[in-house]
Amino acid sequence: MNFETTIGLEVHVELKTKSKMYSPSPVSYGAAPNTMTNVIDFGFPGVLPTLNKNAYRLGIMVALALNAEVEHHTHFDRKNYFYPDNPKAYQITQKEKPLAHDGWVEIEVNGQHKKIGIEEMHVEEDAGKNTHATDGYSYVDLNRQGTPLIEIVSKPDITSPEEAHAYLERLRQIIQFTGASDVKMEEGSMRVDTNISIRPIGSDKLGQKVELKNLNSFKHVLNGLAYEQKRQADILRAGGSIGQETRRYDEATGSTILMRVKEGADDYRYFPEPDLPDYHITSEWIEQISHEIPEMPDKRRQRYIKELGIPEYDAGVLTDTKEMSDFFDQTVALNADPKQVSNWLMVNVNAYLNENNLDLEQTKLTPQNLAMMINLVKDGTISSKIAKKVFAETIANGTDPKAWVEQKGMVQQSDPAVLEPIINQILDDNEQSIIDFKNGKDRAFGFLVGQIMKQTRGKANPKVVNQLLTAEINKR
Amino acid sequence: MLDKELVQHVAHLSKLEFDEADLEKFTLQLDEIIQMENELTAVDTTNVRPTTHIARQESTFRADEPQKGPSRTELLSNVPEQADGFIKVPSILTTEED
Amino acid sequence: MNYFDETITSLHQKLVTKQISNAELAQATLDNIDKTNDTINSFISVNTSIGQEPAFEIAADQPLQGIPLAIKDNILTKDLKTTAASKMLANFRPIYEATVVDRALRAGMVNIGKTNLDEFAMGSSTETSYFGATKNPWNLNKVPGGSSGGSAAAVASGQVIAALGTDTGGSVRQPASFNGVFGIKPTYGRVSRWGVIAFSSSLDQVGILSRHVVDSAQILEAISGYDKHDDTTSTQEVPAFSKIKADVKGLRVAVPEEFMGYGVDPKVKEQVQKAINTLQQQGAVVESVQLPHAQYAVQVYYIIASSEASSNLQRYDGIRYGYRADDVHNLEDVYIKSRSEGFGDEVKRRIMLGSFALSAGYFDAYFNKAAQVRTLIIEDFKKIFADYDLVVGPTAPTTAFDLNSRIDDPVVMYMNDILTIPANLAGLPAASVPVGLADNMPVGLQLIAPPFAEQTIFNAAQVLENESNFLQMQPKMGGQK
Repeated sequence: MNFETTIGLEVHVELKTKSKMYSPSPVSYGAAPNTMTNVIDFGFPGVLPTLNKNAYRLGIMVALALNAEVEHHTHFDRKNYFYPDNPKAYQITQKEKPLAHDGWVEIEVNGQHKKIGIEEMHVEEDAGKNTHATDGYSYVDLNRQGTPLIEIVSKPDITSPEEAHAYLERLRQIIQFTGASDVKMEEGSMRVDTNISIRPIGSDKLGQKVELKNLNSFKHVLNGLAYEQKRQADILRAGGSIGQETRRYDEATGSTILMRVKEGADDYRYFPEPDLPDYHITSEWIEQISHEIPEMPDKRRQRYIKELGIPEYDAGVLTDTKEMSDFFDQTVALNADPKQVSNWLMVNVNAYLNENNLDLEQTKLTPQNLAMMINLVKDGTISSKIAKKVFAETIANGTDPKAWVEQKGMVQQSDPAVLEPIINQILDDNEQSIIDFKNGKDRAFGFLVGQIMKQTRGKANPKVVNQLLTAEINKR
Repeated sequence: MLDKELVQHVAHLSKLEFDEADLEKFTLQLDEIIQMENELTAVDTTNVRPTTHIARQESTFRADEPQKGPSRTELLSNVPEQADGFIKVPSILTTEED
Repeated sequence: MNYFDETITSLHQKLVTKQISNAELAQATLDNIDKTNDTINSFISVNTSIGQEPAFEIAADQPLQGIPLAIKDNILTKDLKTTAASKMLANFRPIYEATVVDRALRAGMVNIGKTNLDEFAMGSSTETSYFGATKNPWNLNKVPGGSSGGSAAAVASGQVIAALGTDTGGSVRQPASFNGVFGIKPTYGRVSRWGVIAFSSSLDQVGILSRHVVDSAQILEAISGYDKHDDTTSTQEVPAFSKIKADVKGLRVAVPEEFMGYGVDPKVKEQVQKAINTLQQQGAVVESVQLPHAQYAVQVYYIIASSEASSNLQRYDGIRYGYRADDVHNLEDVYIKSRSEGFGDEVKRRIMLGSFALSAGYFDAYFNKAAQVRTLIIEDFKKIFADYDLVVGPTAPTTAFDLNSRIDDPVVMYMNDILTIPANLAGLPAASVPVGLADNMPVGLQLIAPPFAEQTIFNAAQVLENESNFLQMQPKMGGQK
């Protein structure tokens, strides 16, 4: 029996705001427990929510970037459930009238392009953190409570773990380009819940869904779904049936483990939030936000290929993250040759980032310094060999390339008035080499260049030396 | 129409528990209330929009300007159990996690 | 201090002319409470430290400066225990101030103490309080009404000149009626709910109780207005309510036929009719109208209020504040035992009803249906207010009933609120003004106005206060000279 797979993804993304969704507490990471909180975050008696305008704005930005239709008339709803990290015992979310609906992203798997639909996306508040200790207690920190989130729910268009992976990559890339979120799985600013079902090919009824949790990286999503796809197929082939359950991905074994069997649907007793008014999201506001969205990766890639002559593959790598792409644009804007900038970013910068396990923004490299360095090579001030040293220095310490090469005496000698006497002196001292060269022994030319470089302690501009030497030999 | 089983289910949702005598009493009382509520079925509400709040303005927003709250000591001053700035609460027994 | 002969203005004169100092006034009020609180149990806690505050100069342009105010104990007062009359919050010390309290204190008022109520304001008799029932000062065997029964009894017995209450389904007006005092619930959105322990968010509104109409007007003026903490408050300008014009000439007054039905006690009806006649004699145009969906008000109210309450009261879980049961071994114990031991029966009934009405499979038939009928009630009022300035009728079908007579019969108890609930469902300003006695117990006339037309209520109520001799009547417990 052969099966087809249906995968659903619910992606939570933290929106990058200064204050929380419904309370003015600061959003901040790594602070001492319960210090970034107020009476609202604590769910004290008598507190009321107020809506963060910027959080909603960023939500609309994400929706527009994901080609979704923004809802003009919306309200908030309460989702009721008890948990220590959920102080009001309800989460204020949007159930009935989500922020936006019917979006899509395009993915590419094995050279095949496919549109993946987005059912809806809505803003809501994050929960606090509940840490289970071995002493039989949980320890609750409400710093994260109320952090703005957008939840993005896919349509059942995803039919393989690879597509799920590509969808997530694409989602992360697009959202990152809007600047609305850091979208980092490892820091929790992007979180993924998924469900997967399989059914015999041709069956018009979807199979029993299994929910999969504890997916801390895209790799885990890929591996977890692949494992689950096979597990379910094995059960069905053996004549068994799939239970309505929630499973967790186990990183150590690469398998999925049963967390709980669900009895019926959870009953969250949703109802409209009476503490917040109705919201009318005007076309003017949406229009205004659409102009605030930075250029999306697809457009940038096309621009790089068509206007800057960057090879297609390179353009793809450069637009993988907004950081890299912005850095590229900024460097090019400083009159550095685009192909040179691309080469340095693709090769040297990426190698440095990989080696040191850093993000671009964590280094001291600036577009100004990179552009300066490239132009120093271009105008012959330094050799490309020296450039590597300059690069190592400036990315590590943020050193000004021009000042540094001058200070270190690494500036090339390109002045014919200085070089010509030296060249003529060398030629006078090595007449045999001139004869050898004229008799076709090319090595003799190399020997002469070597002598000149030795005399200038490596500072002579090789290109200029070549030209002058050829000219002087021809004179003799 | 309201039986003990449904009352138990609702109690579970509400994180309340009743002994047998109270369960009996609450089932009877709630049933009587629900009977009263069922009189609403007599009203024709076809195409009537529900009223779920009486806010006086539409679309009120707060500017994204962070403000520090009260001190942690104050915030934790009513907490039954705390440790190192955390709120302390007995763990769930199951292996469930979220 | 004998508050029966005073208004805020007369007290202010005495303070400005130094016939009495603010410290003496505060101490005299504490003495009032001390004398009668054992009998009527109107206060849960008293702000005794206020008696030690130094005397200071009272400014002539600060009419509320130094005036003691009683505050219902579901309104948060910083550093002063706020219990909602529940075991759940019996030791809860708020770390922030409700906006209404903040504004009253800024106007110079003095928080004299916290008044008794039905637990979490859920009740019509102040019998569900964890701290014991409040008694009606007119007859100690009767209830003071509820849920602001403590505030009403404190004012009626002359312990204080005025008190803050809250009104979700009549909780200011019905006790005002039962205790023979004036009580107003302003328009929903007029007064901030920040720091008011939520019962039903779309219905709750802070109100005021006082013997004199003008005193409530003066305090309402001070506590009203937009609050950035409460997105449901209105930015409408707050008028100078205390500039009352006791004049109803040409005022168009509607009396819903339904309000005079619903099992209204004939003796109550007689007093109410007398008051309506007074309005007519003073020049008002009185006509009979229909409010067809009002008959469903109780059904709509108990679904909506209980549903919102079931959610609002979930935060009482024994984790961050409030009661935590002993002998808890896991999280589920903390939740279930703390809540089951911390809440009283009436609160549990409402939580259960609300959870039921919101639960899967019942939401449409109950919550949504009730919310739809609420719309029809709002539309009924809109139609009436297209032609009329004021709706009047009895505040409650009966005078105060006997203690312990209805406590185990929720449906009968709920039906007592049928006349007050419609104004909450529609978010309208409404008040009760005492108009006479029936069987020696006070009767209130209810006045309901269009949104933000509180002034119409104050003006008409002042006419009734002037024309009746009610202020000369005094309850058993207080005012005897």
